[in-house]
Amino acid sequence: MFALIGLVAGVLLGLFLHPSVPLWLQPYLPIAIVAALDAMFGGVRARLEGVFDEKTFVVSFVGNTIIAALIVFLGDQLGVGSQLSTGVVVVLGVRIFSNAAAIRRKLFGA
Amino acid sequence: MSEHSEAPAPEAAPEPEAEDAAETGSAGETGSAGEPVRRPLALVGDMLRPRLTRGQAAGALLCLVLGFAVVTQVRANHHDTKFATARQDELVGILSDLTQRSERLRGDLRDLENTKAGLERDARGQTALEEARRRADDYGLLAGTVPAQGPGVEIVVTDPRRAVRAANLLDALEELRDAGAEVVQVGDVRAGVDTYFVDRPEGVIADGRFLPPPYRILAIGDPHTMATALGIPGGVVRTLRGLGAGVTVTPRARMTVSAVRSG
Repeated sequence: MFALIGLVAGVLLGLFLHPSVPLWLQPYLPIAIVAALDAMFGGVRARLEGVFDEKTFVVSFVGNTIIAALIVFLGDQLGVGSQLSTGVVVVLGVRIFSNAAAIRRKLFGA
Repeated sequence: MSEHSEAPAPEAAPEPEAEDAAETGSAGETGSAGEPVRRPLALVGDMLRPRLTRGQAAGALLCLVLGFAVVTQVRANHHDTKFATARQDELVGILSDLTQRSERLRGDLRDLENTKAGLERDARGQTALEEARRRADDYGLLAGTVPAQGPGVEIVVTDPRRAVRAANLLDALEELRDAGAEVVQVGDVRAGVDTYFVDRPEGVIADGRFLPPPYRILAIGDPHTMATALGIPGGVVRTLRGLGAGVTVTPRARMTVSAVRSG
């Protein structure tokens, strides 16, 4: 419930404050967002399965985000930034889909 | 048989979200997928029930950050798409346009600020008066009611075969205006907004005054721009020479246009 409120509040804040992405964050923010989405779906799934643990959620959210950004950063340093970000997005996408599938099975039984 | 084995199998192996599931371990929901109607609603309701704990607050905070970041990123992307597809030389063109424009605007800003400062400084309206006089001078120059001085070009058109028509002089005048001439004098006639040329057998009538050849045109403005505009292929000078007329264009750093219009 509070998470939902937080999400809506964040979106509204973003809409009203018109923030601009700082230059150094620009390559990493999209990946971090995808990682955070993945963590969020994972959290919803865990909640539905009754195994939700807030500490795990927070740690995995922050950790995944940072690791995803770090991987892209490392890739940029190595000169394979775009390939690595593609790889990260693919992996996270697969995870999001499997989490979504688990949520769907829980909610609709199908 | 196949249904039974299919349903629990993916649930029993939740490898992608292992870190969430592994922590608390007991997945007590296995095999409960068979009641699709009541349980999901209960699950959602249970999930939405507010419980104010530190963990919930942290989750809410993280979700807030996530929503904020998503909107930020989406907006940043929207900004980018405008130029993302442009090629490099287009971007360079846009950039130099913008630079020029900002230079010009900055100059305007400086002028206006000077004027504003001047107007604020003197309460007796001295600067305002000067400003009004300066503008009157400007408009007088444009209207042709005051003499003018400045850099420009002198054009002399000799016409031994009497082939230059009024239209050619009008072309020359228009070309000079296009090239930024502020003050133009043809013969001893100051050109204004309603200047006209009429053909005569031995010359041309401009604004009611007879002009015999050679025609002498004085134009005040940027000499280089005007000389270039006159000399382009197929332009005024070529056309006049094609008619057998002799044309000399002489840039001058300083010249005086003394002819005035009555108003």
